[in-house]
Amino acid sequence: MEAIAIISIFVLAIFVGFEVVSKVSSTLHTPLMSGANAIHGVILVGAIIVADHSETPLELGLSVAAIILATVNMVGGFVVTDRMLEMFKGKSKDGSTKSKGDK
Amino acid sequence: MSPFLYDLIGLLAGVCFILSLKGLSHPRTARRGNLLGALGAGIATILVFFRSENEGRNLLWIIGAIALGVVIGVPAARKVQMTAMPQLVALFNGVGGGAAALVAIVEYMKLGENASLAVVIATVFTVIVGCVSFSGSIITFLKLQELMTTAPVVFPGGRFVIAATLAGVLGVSGWVVAALGTTPLLVLALLSLIFGVLFVLPVGGADVPIVISLLNAFTGLTVAASGYVLQATLLIIAGTLVGASGTILTRLMAEAMGRSLFGTLFGAFTAKPQIGSAAAENRPVKSGTPDDVAILLNYARRVVIVPGFGLAVAQAQHTVRELADLLSAKGIDVAYGIHPVAGRMPGHMNVLLAEANVPYEQLSEMEEVNPTFPQTDVALIIGANDVVNPAAKTTPGCPIYGMPILDVAQAGNVIFLKRSMRPGFAGIENELLFDAKTTLLFGDAKASLTKVVSALKNL
Repeated sequence: MEAIAIISIFVLAIFVGFEVVSKVSSTLHTPLMSGANAIHGVILVGAIIVADHSETPLELGLSVAAIILATVNMVGGFVVTDRMLEMFKGKSKDGSTKSKGDK
Repeated sequence: MSPFLYDLIGLLAGVCFILSLKGLSHPRTARRGNLLGALGAGIATILVFFRSENEGRNLLWIIGAIALGVVIGVPAARKVQMTAMPQLVALFNGVGGGAAALVAIVEYMKLGENASLAVVIATVFTVIVGCVSFSGSIITFLKLQELMTTAPVVFPGGRFVIAATLAGVLGVSGWVVAALGTTPLLVLALLSLIFGVLFVLPVGGADVPIVISLLNAFTGLTVAASGYVLQATLLIIAGTLVGASGTILTRLMAEAMGRSLFGTLFGAFTAKPQIGSAAAENRPVKSGTPDDVAILLNYARRVVIVPGFGLAVAQAQHTVRELADLLSAKGIDVAYGIHPVAGRMPGHMNVLLAEANVPYEQLSEMEEVNPTFPQTDVALIIGANDVVNPAAKTTPGCPIYGMPILDVAQAGNVIFLKRSMRPGFAGIENELLFDAKTTLLFGDAKASLTKVVSALKNL
C-alpha cells in the first residue's frame, strides 16, 4: 500500500479516536478503558498472519505464543467489560433509574 | 476471496470499533457498544483466515492456540471478583502489548534483509513500546493485587538508572536499524522490558489507574505500528483508535484526580523519597462501638456515605444499602458521595453500588456533594482513606497533594469504618483520623455494618 494512504488512515483515525471519547462521565472511565483494551486485542489478526507464514519452528513457536496472548487480551477483555456493564443494566431494569443516561 | 471484498469486510470491522468506542462513552449504549466491539473483533478474526498465504499449513497450530487463549481468558474474566477487576484489565493489556511485540519480532525475522527502513523503524517502535507495556502492566498488576508494596518504589540514584536504561534502549534501537539482525532486536526487547519495570515502580498507588490507561493507549499504538509492518489496514485503524481515545481517557482520568499527566508520566525521573508517611503510630484515636455509631446516625438529619475500596473488599455493598434504606425510612436524608477514583479505578464504586441496586439518584459525584458537607451531620466513611485525606490539600509534596478530595471534615461528625490504622493505598497517614469529631469503628466493613444495622433496629 502507498505510504500516503497509510498515513492518511493513521491521521484520520487519530481524530476519530479523539472525537468519540471527548465527553464521557467518570462513571464510564473504567468500562471504556476496558473496552478499548479489548479492541486492541485485534492484534490477534496480526498474530494469525505471522503464524500462517511462519516457516521455522522458532517463528511458529513465537507466533503461537502471540496468538495465545492476543486471544486472552481480546476475548477476556470483552467478557470482563460486559460483566462491568451488566451491572449498570440490572440497575435500569427496576425503573427508578431511567434518567441516568441524561446525566 | 477477492482483495476488494476482503478489504471491504475489514472496513466493516473498523466501523464496528468506532461505533463501539462511541457507544461505550454513554451509559445507555455502553453495553451495546461493547458487543459491537466484540462483533468487529470476531469479523476481523474470521476474515483473516481467508488471507492464508500457504494453504493453511499451520492452521491446526493457529486454531489450537486460539482455543487455549479462550480457555485461559474467559474463565479469568468470568470468575474475577469485581474488586480485583482493575488488575485483570491491567494484565489483559499487558499480554496484548506482549503479543504485539512478538508479532513484530517474528515478522522481522522473516523479512530479514528485505525490510525497508520504515518497516524496521515501525518494528523497533512496536518492540520497545509493546515490551514496556507488557512488563509495566505486570508491575501494575502486582501493585494492585498487593503482591508488592503499593507505595512508590524509589531507590537512590534511581533516576540515573532509568535514564541509563532509556539511553540503552535508544542506542540499541540505532544498532537494530544499522545492523539489521535478530540479536540486537532481542537485546532491545530485553532492555525495554527492564525499562517498563523501572518506569512503573516509582508510581504511587493512587496513580496506578492512570498508568494502566496510559499503557493501554501505548498498546494501541503498537498494534497500529505492527499493522504497518504487516500491511494490515484494520490493525492500523483499530490500534490508532485505541491509542488516540486512550490518550484522551488518560488525560480525563488525570484531570479527575487533579494530577498532571506530565507529572505522572515523568514521575520516574523526578521522584523523591516520600515525606511524612511513617509518623505518629501511637497517637490517641477515638474508637467507638457499633451502638455509638448507630446513635450518631439515628439523630442525624443528613448522612453522607463515602464508600471506598474497603467496602469492595468486604463485599459490603448490599449491607450498606440495607443501612441506607433503614436511615431513609427514619426520614434521614441519605446520599452517597462518590469520589471519581474511589476504589482502584475511576468509576469502580459506581459499578459495585450498581451491583447492589443502589438507586442512581442517591449517588452524588464529588462536585455535587462537597458543598453539602457543612449541612451534613454525619459523614460515614466505609473503607476509604486517600479520597478524604486532607493531606491532599495541606501537605505539599505528599504523593496525593493536589488531588481533589471529599471535604468530609466539614461535616458535623466523621465516622470511619476501617480494618486497622493502616494507611490507604497511597501509603499516607490521614490526619483526620485523629480529629476530635472523628469516631473510628474497627473491623471488616461488612461485619461492622451488620452490627450497626442491628444496633439501629434496636434503638
